[in-house]
Amino acid sequence: MRLNFTVNGRPQEADDVWEGESLLYVLRERLGLPGSKNACEQGECGSCTVRLDGLPVCSCLVAAGQAEGREVVTVEGLADYAAQRSRATGGCGTALDEARQWQARGTDSQTGEGTELSPVQQAFIDAGAVQCGFCTPGLLVAADEMLERNPNPSDADIREALSGNLCRCTGYEKIMDAVRLAAARQSEGV
Amino acid sequence: MDFLRPASWEEALAAKAEHPAAVPIAGGTDVMVEINFDHRRPEYLMDLNRIADLEEWEVGEESVRLGASVPYAKIMEHLRAELPGLALASHTVASPQIRNRGGVGGNLGTASPAGDAHPALLAAGAEVEAESVRGSRRIPIDDFYTGVKRNALAPDELIRAVHIKKADGPQQYSKVGTRNAMVIAVCAFGLALHPATRTVRTGIGSAAPTPVRARTAEEFLNAALEEGGFWDNGKIITPSVAKRFADLCAAACNPIDDVRGTASYRRHAVGVMARRTLTWTWESYRGAHRTTEGAA
Amino acid sequence: MPTNGVPTTITQGSGTRGGIGESTLRPDGTLKVTGEFAYSSDMWHEDMLWGQILRSTVAHAEIVSIDTSEALATPGVHAVMTYDDLPTDVKHYGLEIQDTPVLAHGKVRHHGEPVAIVAADHPETARRAAAKIKVDYRELPVITDEASALAPDAVLVHEHRDDHHVGHVPHPNVLHRQPIVRGDVASARERADVIVEGEYTFGMQDQAFLGPESGLAVPEEDGGVHLYIATQWLHSDLRQIAPVLGLPEDKVRMTLAGVGGAFGGREDLSMQIHACLLALRTGKPVKIVYNRFESFFGHVHRHPAKLFYEHGATADGRLTHVRCRIVLDGGAYASASPAVVGNASSLGVGPYVVDDVDIEAIALYTNNPPCGAMRGFGAVQACFAYEAQMDKLAAGLGMDPVELRQLNAMEQGTLMPTGQPVDSPAPVAELLRRVKAMPMPPERQWESSEGADVRQLPGGLSNTTHGEGVVRGVGYAVGIKNVGFSEGFDDYSTARVRMEVVGGEPVATVHTAMAEVGQGGVTVHAQIARTELGVAQVTIHPADTRVGSAGSTSASRQTYVTGGAIRNACELVREKVLELGRRRFGSYHPAWATAELLLEGGKVVTDGGEVLAGLADVLGDEAVEVEEEWRHRPTEPFDLRTGQGNGHVQYSFAAHRAVVEVDTELGLVKVIELACAQDVGKALNPLSVIGQIQGGTTQGLGVAVMEEIVVDPKTAKVRNPSFTDYLIPTILDTPTIPVDVLELADDHAPYGLRGVGEAPTLSSTPAVLAAIRDATGLELARTPVRPEHLTGTA
Repeated sequence: MRLNFTVNGRPQEADDVWEGESLLYVLRERLGLPGSKNACEQGECGSCTVRLDGLPVCSCLVAAGQAEGREVVTVEGLADYAAQRSRATGGCGTALDEARQWQARGTDSQTGEGTELSPVQQAFIDAGAVQCGFCTPGLLVAADEMLERNPNPSDADIREALSGNLCRCTGYEKIMDAVRLAAARQSEGV
Repeated sequence: MDFLRPASWEEALAAKAEHPAAVPIAGGTDVMVEINFDHRRPEYLMDLNRIADLEEWEVGEESVRLGASVPYAKIMEHLRAELPGLALASHTVASPQIRNRGGVGGNLGTASPAGDAHPALLAAGAEVEAESVRGSRRIPIDDFYTGVKRNALAPDELIRAVHIKKADGPQQYSKVGTRNAMVIAVCAFGLALHPATRTVRTGIGSAAPTPVRARTAEEFLNAALEEGGFWDNGKIITPSVAKRFADLCAAACNPIDDVRGTASYRRHAVGVMARRTLTWTWESYRGAHRTTEGAA
Repeated sequence: MPTNGVPTTITQGSGTRGGIGESTLRPDGTLKVTGEFAYSSDMWHEDMLWGQILRSTVAHAEIVSIDTSEALATPGVHAVMTYDDLPTDVKHYGLEIQDTPVLAHGKVRHHGEPVAIVAADHPETARRAAAKIKVDYRELPVITDEASALAPDAVLVHEHRDDHHVGHVPHPNVLHRQPIVRGDVASARERADVIVEGEYTFGMQDQAFLGPESGLAVPEEDGGVHLYIATQWLHSDLRQIAPVLGLPEDKVRMTLAGVGGAFGGREDLSMQIHACLLALRTGKPVKIVYNRFESFFGHVHRHPAKLFYEHGATADGRLTHVRCRIVLDGGAYASASPAVVGNASSLGVGPYVVDDVDIEAIALYTNNPPCGAMRGFGAVQACFAYEAQMDKLAAGLGMDPVELRQLNAMEQGTLMPTGQPVDSPAPVAELLRRVKAMPMPPERQWESSEGADVRQLPGGLSNTTHGEGVVRGVGYAVGIKNVGFSEGFDDYSTARVRMEVVGGEPVATVHTAMAEVGQGGVTVHAQIARTELGVAQVTIHPADTRVGSAGSTSASRQTYVTGGAIRNACELVREKVLELGRRRFGSYHPAWATAELLLEGGKVVTDGGEVLAGLADVLGDEAVEVEEEWRHRPTEPFDLRTGQGNGHVQYSFAAHRAVVEVDTELGLVKVIELACAQDVGKALNPLSVIGQIQGGTTQGLGVAVMEEIVVDPKTAKVRNPSFTDYLIPTILDTPTIPVDVLELADDHAPYGLRGVGEAPTLSSTPAVLAAIRDATGLELARTPVRPEHLTGTA
């Protein structure tokens, strides 16, 4: 079947979608947006969290056809979403040349200079909340949405809001630090 | 596989009549797991997300008409006063992401004994509004669960809404899982005090082939409360009464040993939850009772 | 040079920003927060096919027949392969013993063993086709524990063993046995005033890394294949893959794709050979991505264990002796089991002084899921048991458990049970002192003006208690872990470092085959290069097999060994650069010949700080490049009879204090705080070090209270291969984890550093268990503890 919906502010069309495909599969394998991760495909880890009409959801549990006509924001669009701008995305998958280049671009602690990041993305880097990074996109989408609703969360609020996102590397302490940092920066207007 | 996208409730009923094997999908939190893991390959998948009124609710005089797809997050946020038990149960559902998608209709459709909403619905008292092209009917919640993952729906029927009695007294809900969040129930317990009728209702999850009420426990407690004049005097419930109630609730279980817990633990935990939720609701009732008395 | 026990000071590069000792940020951080970082499951290629594995539905059976015809006839299917389609005589692989069939041959030995593989143009097509393969099994009795493995009529899991352990094991279903005997236990036992015994059970833990096994194999024009893969050790994979494909190693090119965590679970091969076979068969790129269900079958787990201990002490609390027997379930294939046995035995008494020991560790072959490497590697199971014993002993002696540990704590110079002296700082007593001295978390933090905050209570959001039945408990534990590969293994790494001018700036490029699995090796590598070469710009080249082996990202070894290799290569580059400088500019300043020269801030400077030349000028158009292997000091095997030998390279120590609140009626546990003190020798990147300690601590918490792969003892089938029923801690299960980092240099190691990643996983579990025992008064001899165990309803 054919699918039309909006991803990160840009209209997208996918063809030959199998009816049992998830929104996650369509994003990753058909639209070249592999940022949302496929860690459990049963809604038990949060790695595939995207915003569907504004709400954080597990994209692995949204049938692709259910996204018809709706708005999706993924980690790739988070910075722009946070900046309330729309940004175009394109391409398909991660080309091998691109894949080979990641470290080459990562030459310093200030890698990705020129990349606009949302406050929560920057805070994750600064606080050391990223290790393997597989849980990171989902956590960022969830944390960003929480800070939108609740700019001054208590620790228990943060833990509750992120309780649907598993991380296996960090023990969550640095993630707590990152969200606190993003909240503090946000409230200082930095 | 075909993907059906009815734009209205009538279209959905027509499609279901034409394809009784069509699997309705709303929040997707059950159906998509089965598809992702190859446990289910329905011939037709029917998306209910385009039917807006399934996500609406109306608060009436006696009850709340809750659309089948109202997500748990909305119940927590908006219906805490009217449906406190269900709101508490909603808060224990999986994760924030799932609570943004899943609704009571899915719990009822799947009818898993581990569904979080069931004990709250049983305790509050509810009717399931089922409809097909043949017409609409209300199925009392007590008659809805017919077996392990089986319910009273006919093949051509869809769940449109649930009519849940508005709380006329305190309600509580507890669920045991082996993790502090995002966990499937090892067992769960819902309790509602109904001062208007001077009755107590219960619901037990994951401790029998279907969600069940602890009827003997309810009858015992109703009688004990009546006999002791508790509803009027607002006294603390005698520990022996609370214990007997807890034991009868545990006895109402018919659990199995599985990877999530032993049968023996489930019985034990239901008893503990029964006693605690009775204490919490009764304390709350006494507090309200005293306030009322004081005002009068 | 570092000096034992004294914090490391450095001269070269100390004035260069972003060098060692700073918390520089990850070079891949921006890519990871924007979703652009390419994990193995994100790889994509035009025309690629999807691979699917058909796995056995039974644990132990003869394969009577396999019929693939219907699968092959499915539209969209490009290939179906079974054992009979393997291209060469090499049809098995394995880390140490090549006992694992690439595809099952005649027999399956565990639930989920790969039987056939399919390539198709859509993953759903591949799944449907795999489901159409008909396999006829004739089931065999299952071996599931020591009793069934050693029974007189026991079926042999492997009928024709010819590995190098078979000569010294008591039974062919015993994979490896390592005794360690020192002193005279019988007479030491006579001196004991108190003797405590215990039998302990450790459940099967899964690494549960979040990024499932995956990769993309691309056939190449020369008949070779290029594999983009998430692994812990590229060259070890290569050594196992190439012979099965019938290709020379230089025709199997491997590039590390983004790795979504590892923790030991990617030390063995998973889908590597299968993807390459399908790519070579179809001539098309083939991607395989396991789903979570498959992932539970697709990698080895932590060995479940039974541990029998006897500890004795004199009335004043001195250990007299320890006897123990550790039975590890290795499952159906060898994986890393022999080395796990070596660790369990040699580290089996913990970080204590005890002269008289009698230790035996064995690994069994069974029909349970294969077990192998996981963070902590054999030392974890032992630590759980010996720390429970220390508490029991303290109770028997009427002593404070921390004091008892401190009284018996090893220190520099202590002999291990293997007779090996501990020749670098071993601040065991100090770590315990520090962790005990940390302030205690306030009581009843869940109380608030609006009533109980269930999020901070046992049961969490499930609203099971508002304080009823909740009892606090406190427990301590300390552990010892070896760093690096032991027992005579040639444990080396290779680094290629290049320095050249790019855009007018001196730039260093570091190329190794080290697998970055999230631990932050890439961050530290750049720091080392900055420190050693005095440059700001460091490019970390993608890891691949075009450079020599870096060894495994495991055993807490990469910063030590690959870090050491990079430092060594940098030193050689530095010498060459200085030679170049002398050649070019030596005549302009006498200091070129007489002073000690350093590279700092992109310049050549004297140790007095005088600038001699800019590096860009020294280098000009030339590039200086060095590739060198580097080794830590050698180790030797343990004697097969006595276990004596200098088997380990370095030790790592951590101590924990756990504070828990237990709902004693429902048996639910909330860990309130897990404080850790660890000696890291030298923290090259303090932020990363703390991240490792907190992550390791949390994995230890997981196996204390929730994590266990449950295998049905009747069928040897896995009962919970999903994240629904294999639970790992959420952020609401994880407490605050204050960390006290000690830096006492080990002067055998680069910068005095000590491997960090594993030690915190050891002591976390027994500390939590001790705290639960403290809260409940129960004995609790198994982990994980389930609500049943705390409520008498098991």
